[in-house]
Amino acid sequence: MTSDSENTAGVRRVYLDHSATTPVRAEVMGAMMPYFAGQFGNPSSIHRWGREARAAVEDARAKVASLIGAAPQEIIFTSGGTEADNLAIRGTAWHKRSKGNHLITSSVEHHAVLHTCETLEKEGFKVTYLPVDKYGMIDPEDVEKAITDETILITIMHGQNEVGTIEPVREIGQIARRHGVTFHVDAVQSAGKIPIDVSDMNIDLLTMSSHKMYGPKGVGALYVRKGVRLSPQATGGSHERGLRAGTENVPGIVGFGEACRLAKEEMPEESLRLTRLRDRLIGGILDSIPDTVLNGHPTIRLPHHVNISFKFIEGESILLNLDLMGIGASSGSACTSGSLEPSHVLLAMGLPHELAHGSVRMTLGKGNSEEDIDYVISVLPPIVSKLRDMSVFR
Amino acid sequence: MYNDKVMDHFMNPRNVGEIQDADGAGQVGNPVCGDVMRITIRVEDGKIADIKFRTFGCGAAIATSSMVTELVKGLTLDEAMEVSNKAVAEALGGLPAQKMHCSNLAADALHKAIEDYRAKHPANSGA
Repeated sequence: MTSDSENTAGVRRVYLDHSATTPVRAEVMGAMMPYFAGQFGNPSSIHRWGREARAAVEDARAKVASLIGAAPQEIIFTSGGTEADNLAIRGTAWHKRSKGNHLITSSVEHHAVLHTCETLEKEGFKVTYLPVDKYGMIDPEDVEKAITDETILITIMHGQNEVGTIEPVREIGQIARRHGVTFHVDAVQSAGKIPIDVSDMNIDLLTMSSHKMYGPKGVGALYVRKGVRLSPQATGGSHERGLRAGTENVPGIVGFGEACRLAKEEMPEESLRLTRLRDRLIGGILDSIPDTVLNGHPTIRLPHHVNISFKFIEGESILLNLDLMGIGASSGSACTSGSLEPSHVLLAMGLPHELAHGSVRMTLGKGNSEEDIDYVISVLPPIVSKLRDMSVFR
Repeated sequence: MYNDKVMDHFMNPRNVGEIQDADGAGQVGNPVCGDVMRITIRVEDGKIADIKFRTFGCGAAIATSSMVTELVKGLTLDEAMEVSNKAVAEALGGLPAQKMHCSNLAADALHKAIEDYRAKHPANSGA
C-alpha cells in the first residue's frame, strides 16, 4: 500500500492504530459495490431485486459463520460491535430476569460491555467485576468462585483492546458450561486475527465487528448459539430471526462477509508475519529506550498489538510528536480519553497513574512493513528524550 | 485539535529547565491527573529576571508552561501575579474546551513561585 507508507511531502506515513479501525480492503470494496445501486433490493422483498439481495446477505452470513466455526443461522447481523454487545448482555439479562439477577464480567472490558452492565445495575441486576493480574489477565478460578445460584450471564472479552492480552475464554467457557450459565465473548479485537471456534470454546454469544478486520464500518454480528434465547433490543419487523429489527445493511454485510473470508484464508500466514513485526517493535523500543515497560502479557497477546509505557512523560505529548513524524498511534492517557482518569484497563492492572498516562498503543496491520517498524524505532528515542528533558520527573 | 501557536510552543518550548539556586519555585498539578508543572524564577529589582519551567503533561500543559514564561519575563512581581490561566490560554489563541481545566495551570505554578519568593524575602516582597 504505497499511499499508506508515503505522502506527497515525502514524509513516511505509518498507521499503527489498527485496533481503532482498519482501511477497507480493495477486494471488500469491490464485493460491496454492486449492492449500492445495481442490486439495491430489500432482502425481505419477494421479487427479483429482493431475492438478489437476500442471496447476498445469506452468502455473507455463511462466510462470517465459517470464520468462527458457527452455523450460518446462528449469525445475527448488527450495526457493529457495540450493538452486538448490548444485544447479548441486555438481551440475556432481560430474557432471564425470572431465573436470576447476577452477571459476571471483568474490570478490563470495553465500555460497550461495562456501561451496559452499569445500566443493568440501575435496573436492579447485580454485577461482579472480576479483577485482573498485572498482565490484564482474568483468572478462570475467579470466574468459578463468583458464580451463584442467581448467575445468568458471564461476559468476558477475548483479545483485550488496550493491552492486547488474550483472555482464557476456553477455560472460562468450560466453567460456564459446567454451571449452565450463558457465556458471552466480545471478540471484536481477536476475530480474524487468531482462531476462534465457538464449539470448542463453549461460547454461547460472540461479538464481532467488521471495521476492525478490513471491512466497512457500521456492520457487525452477534453469534447466538442455537437454542440460546434473547430479548430483542431493536423491535420492529421480523428481520434477523426477530432478534434485530430493521432492513439489513446489504452492502455492509456483503463487505463484512468478504472480509471474514479473506481473514480466514490469510490468518495462518498473516498472524505469523504480524507477530514477527510486533516482537521487532517491542524489542526495538525496550532495547533502545530506558525506563520503558511493556503493558499486557509478553507472549499471550494479540499478534498485532503493542502497548508500552514511557516513564516520566505523558502519552498525548508522545502521540503529537509521532503524528508530526507521520506515525498514527493511540494512548491510555486521560488527555486522549476525554476524561480526567487514565485508562481503566491500565489502572485495573495495577499500573500507577503516571505510567498509565505515559502509555502508547501501537497496533499493526496489513499495510505495515519491516521498514515501517524500523522507522518507528528510529524516531521514538529522540522524541522520548526531548520530552524527558522537559519533564518534572527525571 | 491544537492551533498553530499551541503546536509551536509545544514543539519549540521556550525557557525549558530549572534555575539553579532559584529565588522562588512553584509546583502544581498531580500525576494522578497527568499534569505536573514546576516553575523557577530569578528576581532582580522586583522583576522576573529569569524564569524556567519543567512539565510532565500533554500538549496543552507544555504549551501553557512555555507561554507563561514568555509572558512574564521582565514583568514586576505584581504584574506577573495578575497574569491568569485564562490570559495564558488567550495568548495561545485558545485551547480545546476539555483542556481548559486539567492542563491550564501554568499561571498557578508561576504564582506559587512568586509566593515562595515573597515568603523567603519578606523585606523586598513589595516590588
